[in-house]
Amino acid sequence: MDGKTAAVTLKNITKTFGSTVANDKVSLEINKGEILSLLGENGSGKTTLMNMLSGIYFPDEGQIFINGKEEVIRSPKDAFDLGIGMVHQHFKLIDVLTATENIILGLKGKLNIKAATKKIQEICDKYGFEIDPNQKIYDMTVSQKQTVEIVKVLYRGADILILDEPTAVLTPQETEKLFAVLRKMRDDGKAIVIITHKMHEVESLSDRVAVLRKGAYVGDMVTKETNVTEMTNMMVGRSVTLNIERPDPVDPKPRIEVKNLTVRNEEGVVKLEDVSFTANSGEILGIAGISGCGQKELLEAIAGLQVTESGHVYYIEDNGEKEELLGKDPLAIAEMGVTLSFVPEDRLGMGLLGNMDLTDNMLLRSFRKGHSLFTDKKEPKHLAEKVVDDLEVVTPSISTPVRKLSGGNVQKVLVGREIAAAPKVLLTAYAVRGLDINSSYAIYDLINQQKKEGVAVIFVGEDLDVLLELSDRILVLCGGKVNGILDGRTADKNEVGMLMTRMGGTQDNA
Amino acid sequence: MHEKHREPLFHIVKRDGLPWYRSLMIRFVAILIALVFCGIITTITTGINPLEVYGTMITGAFGTSRKIWITLQNISILLLISLALTPAFRMRFWNIGGEGQVLIGGLTAAACMICLGNKLPNALVILCMIITSIAAGAVWGFIPAFFKAKWNTNETLSTLMMNYIATQLVAFYTVVWEVPKGSGKIGIINQDSNIGWLPQVFGSKYLLSIIVAVVITIFMWIYLYYSKQGYEISVVGESEKTARYVGIKVEKVIIRTMLLSGAICGLVGLLLVGFINHTVTTTIAGGQGFTAVLVSWMSKFNPLSMIFSSSLIIFMNRGAGEISTNFGLNQSFADILTGIILFFIIGCEFFISYKLSFRKKKGKEEEA
Amino acid sequence: MFGFLMNFIPRAVVQGIPLLYGSTGEIITQKSGNLNLGIPGVMYVGAISGVIGAFFYENSGAAINPFLAVLIPLLCCLIGSLLMGLLYCFLTVSLRANQNVTGLALTTFGVGFGNFFGGSLIKLVNSDVPSIALSTTSSYFSKSLPFASKLGGFGKIFFSYSFLAYLAIIIAFVASYVLNRTRAGLHLRAVGENPNTADAAGINVTKYKYVATCVGCMIAGLGGLYYVMDYACGVWSNDAFGDRGWLAIALVIFTIWRPNLSVLASFLFGGLYILYLYIPTGMDHMEYQEIYKMIPYVVTLVVLVITSMRSKRENQPPASLGLPYFREER
Repeated sequence: MDGKTAAVTLKNITKTFGSTVANDKVSLEINKGEILSLLGENGSGKTTLMNMLSGIYFPDEGQIFINGKEEVIRSPKDAFDLGIGMVHQHFKLIDVLTATENIILGLKGKLNIKAATKKIQEICDKYGFEIDPNQKIYDMTVSQKQTVEIVKVLYRGADILILDEPTAVLTPQETEKLFAVLRKMRDDGKAIVIITHKMHEVESLSDRVAVLRKGAYVGDMVTKETNVTEMTNMMVGRSVTLNIERPDPVDPKPRIEVKNLTVRNEEGVVKLEDVSFTANSGEILGIAGISGCGQKELLEAIAGLQVTESGHVYYIEDNGEKEELLGKDPLAIAEMGVTLSFVPEDRLGMGLLGNMDLTDNMLLRSFRKGHSLFTDKKEPKHLAEKVVDDLEVVTPSISTPVRKLSGGNVQKVLVGREIAAAPKVLLTAYAVRGLDINSSYAIYDLINQQKKEGVAVIFVGEDLDVLLELSDRILVLCGGKVNGILDGRTADKNEVGMLMTRMGGTQDNA
Repeated sequence: MHEKHREPLFHIVKRDGLPWYRSLMIRFVAILIALVFCGIITTITTGINPLEVYGTMITGAFGTSRKIWITLQNISILLLISLALTPAFRMRFWNIGGEGQVLIGGLTAAACMICLGNKLPNALVILCMIITSIAAGAVWGFIPAFFKAKWNTNETLSTLMMNYIATQLVAFYTVVWEVPKGSGKIGIINQDSNIGWLPQVFGSKYLLSIIVAVVITIFMWIYLYYSKQGYEISVVGESEKTARYVGIKVEKVIIRTMLLSGAICGLVGLLLVGFINHTVTTTIAGGQGFTAVLVSWMSKFNPLSMIFSSSLIIFMNRGAGEISTNFGLNQSFADILTGIILFFIIGCEFFISYKLSFRKKKGKEEEA
Repeated sequence: MFGFLMNFIPRAVVQGIPLLYGSTGEIITQKSGNLNLGIPGVMYVGAISGVIGAFFYENSGAAINPFLAVLIPLLCCLIGSLLMGLLYCFLTVSLRANQNVTGLALTTFGVGFGNFFGGSLIKLVNSDVPSIALSTTSSYFSKSLPFASKLGGFGKIFFSYSFLAYLAIIIAFVASYVLNRTRAGLHLRAVGENPNTADAAGINVTKYKYVATCVGCMIAGLGGLYYVMDYACGVWSNDAFGDRGWLAIALVIFTIWRPNLSVLASFLFGGLYILYLYIPTGMDHMEYQEIYKMIPYVVTLVVLVITSMRSKRENQPPASLGLPYFREER
């Protein structure tokens, strides 16, 4: 279209994993000098399709043409040779190596770190990246790691660049910077594919969108000629409403009081400094901040999973009686009758057991009940059935290992179990990370329902638009300090964005 | 330009999970092929005809009622050690220190027999033996577990080192207690008084260890699959982070599980010294601490399947032993055959979890 | 004191060489993410293969050519250990079997293999003692530098060893250089740390794992050969090699995966291994020797615990050690 030449043409690509069809006869064109957004719900096969282009997976059927010539991509090396570079959602970097070592990994010829460092510096200067080539990856922030990934692809002279959810972990400012670079690369004539769930990004960045649904190709549109509602409808296959409900809090009472909390990590770096706030019942307290500024430590401290240096965390009963939570382990906190339900960032690594089935995962919260030496699986089994029914979890059966479910369904299982414990306080972190629109809204609904039932919800999110729509109050963290607590109904995005990045902001309690 | 790429001949695809009877069949076929292979090797080394090889093996394991009893007793010992290691493995704690835990249990049993033999009545000596050998095994399990829990010390190596420390302790006491001086052996302990010899059950000198093995198998099966502690072990094995998140004290579980693991190994030491051999040597465990690792893994850490796996290994061992005695080969022949069987079983797991998908024939050649 | 050191150091070095071979081989293997617990078996096979080669050459009736007398056992040893390495790789890399289990099976098999063929050869020669002596071959293997004896104590400490001893040290330093300074080394480390990433970067993970493990096994096999041909003066007796293979694996951790450190550490271990011979016990208390023999294991355990206490990012095992790799895992 528009007289552009195709860099990549996929024809009738099919890929199955066991009995699941991830891609079903997908045909797609990617043009030079164009940014293409690949849209689709979770499990619609976007990542799988792109992985076949980058040589991670091998298609069962179908053909791939690069620059008009049919090619077989058997391995990532083949992909590189064809000028295809992919920045994966989970970074493919080696922690103990430096940026330079990671960038030149897999290349041929005599090892010359100095020359490589110089070339990296040139690329950085050209596009305006800021990284230290000699820094070890484990010392880097998420956005630095991503930069390394992109430089890696450029270093190899890729003409076809695929980015899988690149902005999931970036601040608005970092995202803007990235987009500027991508536009520059497009103008250089490179073909760029970006997988994202954030509609406003699709609108602002891409030239064309292509939509996948349940593994099949639905169609494509020129971005300028479409709108969010149309794209969403195409993805989901029916019309959806995109409003997050925000009921007014009913009879809010202080439930959790954090006072002067300071936390240092194992290396002695301050992760939280003198943090104080109160979370009320029947209210959603949103926590905003760039990644790594202490959200994780804050939630873990409340949940009893984090060693703290000083300060207090009080649980306040309805009658105003205060109980100190610090110094108690998660089990003791539960035994006190205080229920903290925590949806950790890393679902499968922490919170669920990948190789166990739904029933056994439900058992995690309840297996201690009773004095019997033996476990009782009846209740967890009912709970698993209930969660599957209520939250519309797509699974062959409740005896399927959870690792076989797709991301959104795994998340539903986790949230479903946590909510089933009838918590007084619900802590969630990145509850919708990597989830598609439909699943995300299902999760928002669940959280709102908890709020209506009088639960104090602390919600750590990464999408500012969602935080602003969902939260009653927003606490902004920056470098481990509270930079402000704003009213969710009146706060504006730029203000929050500024507070997220500016050190030592004024503290005005809403 | 780069060279033309052709589609590979085949690639590997993960299976979705086979029905149990098919995976059982794959294992069965693997064992069958392995047996045929072992037969061929034996024929080559000894020159006897292949059918006779299997005949000799069966005679070796089941030829006489005495042989059957010994085979059963050997199975029970290997099974017990495998059961002992299993809870640790389910926790992903690679305890290869079964050898040392058995040895130290055996050593303390012998110590009771020697030091208390003339001082206490038989029943009390036996009671002391039971308590101390189980405790000693548990201590040997506790030490690496403690390091693992506290500083995440690599348990594969620490348990290995504990084996050699135990071996040297036994060597030390062998010299201290040797009878007669300078022989380098302890010899049968309390041969005349029989003090500290575990009693025969129903007049059989083999039955006790078999009964213990049956009891522990059932106990372990229930413990691992139906008890809360067993569930905790599985959770820790799956993900330590998740375990912490739901408030399981991972350190406590590691230590508790290794205490149990070591205690059962200590019990095996007691049986070996107090019931079967009535003496202690540095080789009394005979490498079964390592073989048990394989048995436990082959059985997918399921106590009931372990009955079969340990029987197979012992059958091979006794059978190959018979062949080597009859044909004047040395006893290590059994190790070679066991090794081959193991390689086949290890290899066949691949065909249970993966399948090969071959290149499909296409209408036209893709060569451009 | 000086006289004691003059006596002790060369013996410690000689004792340490098999460990050095074993640990260098295992370090290279582990850097590729393969935890090969089969090293003890591999060293047995390396030794017995060399012995078989030498045995048949010595008994072939041909005039013994010094060059061939060294070359034949050397080649046999390398081939024997290479086959063991291939077997391990086929099972763990191609068939994705559990590495611990495969390693232990390999050790069972290898030790059995060594003792079986050792025992069979012993039967063949009908000797009174349960061992075979290959003194002719051994004399070529244990030739030391001609000027060593002329240099007195200095010569004894530094130049009194055979070529296989120097080769061990050279291999360790070369391995260290390759791992840290070359592209192949960088790629190998990447494979061991995170095969997924290495694969995505276009590195052939399977190839690296195979090559590293097989080369590692061949190096380890040389340790077995050195033990029989030089240390034991060409005398093979069953089980004599003992637990050195396991100590070599312990050394890998002890040296935090650095072959160059391994040179010194293996001599230290060699010293600990024979220390009991130098601690006076008196004739009535020979039993204490058994306690002193415990020292290397206790020291390894202590070092293991101490290194785990002070966990530093660079000193950790390769992150994917022990895990099979399958590209399409989901």
